[in-house]
Amino acid sequence: MLSLGSGGGKSTKPSFVSYVTPEDMKIKEKEEGLRSKHPYLLPGEVVFCSANHVLKYTQEDASQRGVYGTLLCTNFKIAFISDESASQETAPPFRNKLLSENDIPLTCVDHIYGVSDEKKKLIIGGQVKSKYPSKLIIQCKDLRVFHFSLTYAKEEEAKKIFQGIVHHSLEPKSLKCVFAFSYCETASPSQASRKSSLTLMFETKEDWSVELGRTKGNCKVSSANADYVISEKLPQFFVVPFAVSDDDILRFLGKGIPFWCWSHHSGCALFKMACLPTIQEDGISQKYMHRMLDAVTQDQLCPVKIEDLSSCLPALQDLQLSYNKFKQLFLIDSTTEFWVSDMKWFSSLENSGWLEIIRQCLMKAVEIVDYLESAHTSVLIVESFFVPAVPEEHCSDLCCVLSSLVQIMLDPYYRTRSGFQSLIQKEWVAGGHSFLDRCNHLYQKEKEVPAPVFLLFLECVWQLLQQHAPAFQFSETYLTVLSDSINIPLFSTFLFNSQHHRDTAMKPGHPEAQRSPLNFPSVWDWSLQFDCKAQSLFTNPLYVAKPIQDKALRKTSHQKHQRQLSLPNTLSKPSPRKGFFKEETDNLKKIFLGKRISKWLNPTESSKELYESWQRKPLDYQGLLLPYLDGPSVRVWMQRYLRWVPEAQIFGGGSITTVNRVLELASEIQDLQKEVERRSCRMNSSTAWTQVYSGPPLSARLSSFPFTATHAWSFKPAIPSSIRQSLGSVSSLADKEDDDCQGSGVL
Amino acid sequence: MEPLADVPQLPGEERITDKDIIYICPFNGAVKGKVSITNYRLFFKSFEVDPAMTLDVPLGVISRIEKMGGASSRGENSYGLDITCKDMRNLRFALKQEGHSRRDIFELLFRYAFPLSHSLQLFAFLSQEKFSENGWNVYNTIQEYQRQGLPNNKWRITFVNELYDLCDTYPTILMVPFKATDEDLRKVSAFRSRNRIPVVSWIHPVNQAVIMRCSQPLVGMSGKRNKDDERYLDTIREANGQTAKLTIYDARPNVNAVANKATGGGYEGEDAYQNAELVFLDIHNIHVMRESLKKLKDIVYPQVEETHWLSSLESTHWLEHIKLVLAGAIQVADKLSSGNSVVVHCSDGWDRTAQLTSLSMLMLDSYYRTMTGFQVLVQKEWISFGHKFSSRIGHGDKNHADADRSPIFVQFIDCVWQMTKQFPTAFEFNELFLMTILDNLYSCRFGTFLYNCESVRDNMKVKEKTVSLWSMINSENGKYINPFYSKESSRVLYPVASMRHLELWVSYYIRWNPRIRQQQQNPVEQRYMEMLALRDQYLKKLEELQISDSPRIANNSNSPASPTQLVHHVQTPL
Repeated sequence: MLSLGSGGGKSTKPSFVSYVTPEDMKIKEKEEGLRSKHPYLLPGEVVFCSANHVLKYTQEDASQRGVYGTLLCTNFKIAFISDESASQETAPPFRNKLLSENDIPLTCVDHIYGVSDEKKKLIIGGQVKSKYPSKLIIQCKDLRVFHFSLTYAKEEEAKKIFQGIVHHSLEPKSLKCVFAFSYCETASPSQASRKSSLTLMFETKEDWSVELGRTKGNCKVSSANADYVISEKLPQFFVVPFAVSDDDILRFLGKGIPFWCWSHHSGCALFKMACLPTIQEDGISQKYMHRMLDAVTQDQLCPVKIEDLSSCLPALQDLQLSYNKFKQLFLIDSTTEFWVSDMKWFSSLENSGWLEIIRQCLMKAVEIVDYLESAHTSVLIVESFFVPAVPEEHCSDLCCVLSSLVQIMLDPYYRTRSGFQSLIQKEWVAGGHSFLDRCNHLYQKEKEVPAPVFLLFLECVWQLLQQHAPAFQFSETYLTVLSDSINIPLFSTFLFNSQHHRDTAMKPGHPEAQRSPLNFPSVWDWSLQFDCKAQSLFTNPLYVAKPIQDKALRKTSHQKHQRQLSLPNTLSKPSPRKGFFKEETDNLKKIFLGKRISKWLNPTESSKELYESWQRKPLDYQGLLLPYLDGPSVRVWMQRYLRWVPEAQIFGGGSITTVNRVLELASEIQDLQKEVERRSCRMNSSTAWTQVYSGPPLSARLSSFPFTATHAWSFKPAIPSSIRQSLGSVSSLADKEDDDCQGSGVL
Repeated sequence: MEPLADVPQLPGEERITDKDIIYICPFNGAVKGKVSITNYRLFFKSFEVDPAMTLDVPLGVISRIEKMGGASSRGENSYGLDITCKDMRNLRFALKQEGHSRRDIFELLFRYAFPLSHSLQLFAFLSQEKFSENGWNVYNTIQEYQRQGLPNNKWRITFVNELYDLCDTYPTILMVPFKATDEDLRKVSAFRSRNRIPVVSWIHPVNQAVIMRCSQPLVGMSGKRNKDDERYLDTIREANGQTAKLTIYDARPNVNAVANKATGGGYEGEDAYQNAELVFLDIHNIHVMRESLKKLKDIVYPQVEETHWLSSLESTHWLEHIKLVLAGAIQVADKLSSGNSVVVHCSDGWDRTAQLTSLSMLMLDSYYRTMTGFQVLVQKEWISFGHKFSSRIGHGDKNHADADRSPIFVQFIDCVWQMTKQFPTAFEFNELFLMTILDNLYSCRFGTFLYNCESVRDNMKVKEKTVSLWSMINSENGKYINPFYSKESSRVLYPVASMRHLELWVSYYIRWNPRIRQQQQNPVEQRYMEMLALRDQYLKKLEELQISDSPRIANNSNSPASPTQLVHHVQTPL
């Protein structure tokens, strides 16, 4: 039996503690003949500065315990290299090839605090003087928190490393300073430019045609913006209704054009549109808008519904504010803080408003799904936020969230890994989401409007995933890793504001320099970050794949089968009128003048019938997927947010244990299937199994996130400290006796 | 009147009456149908809706029946019955407003829902159900102690309570320090509330530390001391060589323990018990828990609070109480694991004490995480040690406002559920098992949870005259097996008692809401079962292939897999 050291209520953690003083260390170093501690550097990575004898604290209250090592700052990351070599046992079972456990990409730094004389102060870039704090607290965008002590380092080194870290991670910089540039200049092409073949990148006309063909969309691919002649925000190719001419696109430089996103099998489709710039009410723009809407209705064949997101969803600033509050709940400095904040956990969560925003987005998506699915009405999403810093409005923020969510709910293709990646390429990358500005990678305060829009989308997908696990080919770990990759400054996917932005940035810097344009890797090239074994963790073993039919049959019926998504005979809604709704036309003027208008859509309840008819039938994981939105159903993405908090780790437990059981079984089935196929010598397998992890059984001690080391979690139970309750006013009941002391008999 | 067809009927169940009635469903509105009342259940079936809507409610879950509206009440469906249930729901029925139509049904329901208030027998005594297993044999006190390695040279069995004359709420067989004589036990019993002396619940198989349970010492305002009690506790400490200080966990908040002195109770003072340390666990009393669950019902039934779900949930404090109970049990388990014996008590030692000892045993001993082991645990720590089920639940009793009622056992099962959520592979039983236990906590179909203690059960001949819940469960236990379970012999499970991980048990507390019910079919478990079936299919197919292939294999020396090799290969991943 597991024996635990004695100890009272206070949990003391045996961990990788070093009691070695710097003096001992020097002796040790000499003895070992100045053992070199070279960091692992990527191609193009350069060390700016470093300091020895830095103490990295283990997350622990008063005990000033930790490990000594070297703190470095390179043009890619802040790295801590422990003086103690990590033993095989404690190393994480899976690792990221680009980053070690104690590496922080510069773009992943969220906040830095300096502690001097017990006072914790936020460090702001550009204001650093020659003084340096004795302790550094680095909070990362992936929710890790590092505590470093500079007390034992040489003064000069400490000063340099402090200034270096602050300068390179907190101060404005130009795009060219982002690590991807030096990486790609140095890395051999084979390392940098492999593409995931199954993912459609939507950079070519062909990709759009394929997508249009797959969904049987009744629209055309436009090359009006080839070479970005019309707009730098738009991709070179996109899809519009047949009736939209090149001249139309040119007229307002791409504004007011309904861009096709996806077609429903009934013929209706999903569009998004950037609002017209505010213009005089001269009738020209109105006439123009009416023509565009007619184009969407395909000559009055299909009614259209306009969804103005600004009337029902929060603005970008509110999004950022809410996420900042939410995030704070997981950036925990100490055990005491953990248990103190535990008392008000639920109300703090609610106060952040983040879960409510997720709920609203999903709710809105359901409404749009309802229009497409039940009423067979096309939907045009517009986003007319008035954002002071961005005078021009594009349909590239919440429009992307909503259009992507709608497609995931309606089309099982987007719940496969390649489909999901293609969707992000289509709606976000080609759709011109300003990743660079929203992520605030360059710290250019005036230009950027930071907001976790893409993360919000991943959060919504996670909700769907945890509610309907067997519907998704990818796992929770995949989503978590994807959310981390946003902060690695290497992938073209997340580094630019549009395709044009990327194309110009990747052109050779000096015209005289005789070389081909840089080729940044895409985040979908997962082999850059993970080996095959680790990548197999991205596959959801619970996934119920679409049955693959006989090859001969497949050609004809494949498409059809895939499109059979609708609820049969659920035309419960009144038969849609032809043309767009009257009430909408009255409002058109208001919308397209870009003014905020009052709520003219009653938000929900409308989708009640959709839910009811959907719930009446057994859930088809290859069919329509709706989120549950009741209070208890919208949850916190535990793996992403709690993975670094030692107090919150369930030692030897957690949902990862069931996942492991499923993985074991899945790999066993895989083996059996292969064996059956081999023996029967017929290759017509009826069930498609995606390759899942099939290595040795995953350790029961695996933490909730397979890329963290197990040693960080203690064997000791976490015993809540500070159980002083909030139960203050439970009336006089609390003082009452359980039973009237004497008297009442046994019965 | 024509009797309602297709009413389920247990052996021994008798039809009392049938009546046309309107069920006012909080989710779907008024539904016309017919209700049938038996001496066990209320069964309702709708007329018009297809598929027919049914309600099947054991009368035992009814807490309160009220008349709603009068003969002259206006408004549709305003005249009828309002039934409050113990299992987080209310039922409303409307009747025709003519000829005192509800008088009969009200009186019959009232009579059969509260049989003890009408000198009738509980249904468990009328039931003629037969099962292949006999659940009364699940728990045998001596066998359970033997399993733990008791008695030994430090601990002995005593029969001093054979006639319930030492303590009328304890079982007859008790495990006590070897060195303490029966005379000592009698002296100690005088100083412990309701004579509930410290006795062994569990012993650690390796370090021999023990969990003792008891009630509070009768210290009183004057701060009385009792040499026998002090010596007795020291004997307990000494019995385990490693324990320097005996830890006494007082489940109550400090202030409550102090307040108890006024009524003759109190806690072990430092002066009197120098070799002991006292730790208060801050768990509140039965009244606080009752109110907390009531608040929880308010926010989940009939409608789930929408806009401020999280803060509403927080304001019920239900999960906070769960957290404190779990945190207390973790401390007990941790102390024991490090080789120290502990004593656990609250006021009388039958509510919070039972929660703490049974939960810490569940953490420490994997046996209790099996189907049978859990039954033994409930039978031992709750039933035999006198948790007052009858008073806390109010079986067959009409006094719905009785202050003795409290969901202490529900809270315990909730804690167990929290543990199963955190360790999904460590428990042999599933959620349905826990829900079935709770449903039959109220149903009065089985004798298991009837009455307050063993002495009364003996008097009422419960074992002879009623069926045990475990008889039913063990006769069809396939339903209750957790497919993810993997046996692990010696692992201490420490759940994380943090709000970050505690969840509301939605599929129990909100199960009457059809929208929530829909969501609760665990897709992961379902999928896993499908995969298990698929694996079996493949295994079967392989077997068939082997049979049909075997002649070919015999002729083909290149074939790599002989049947035996293949079997080996197939089993490796297991």
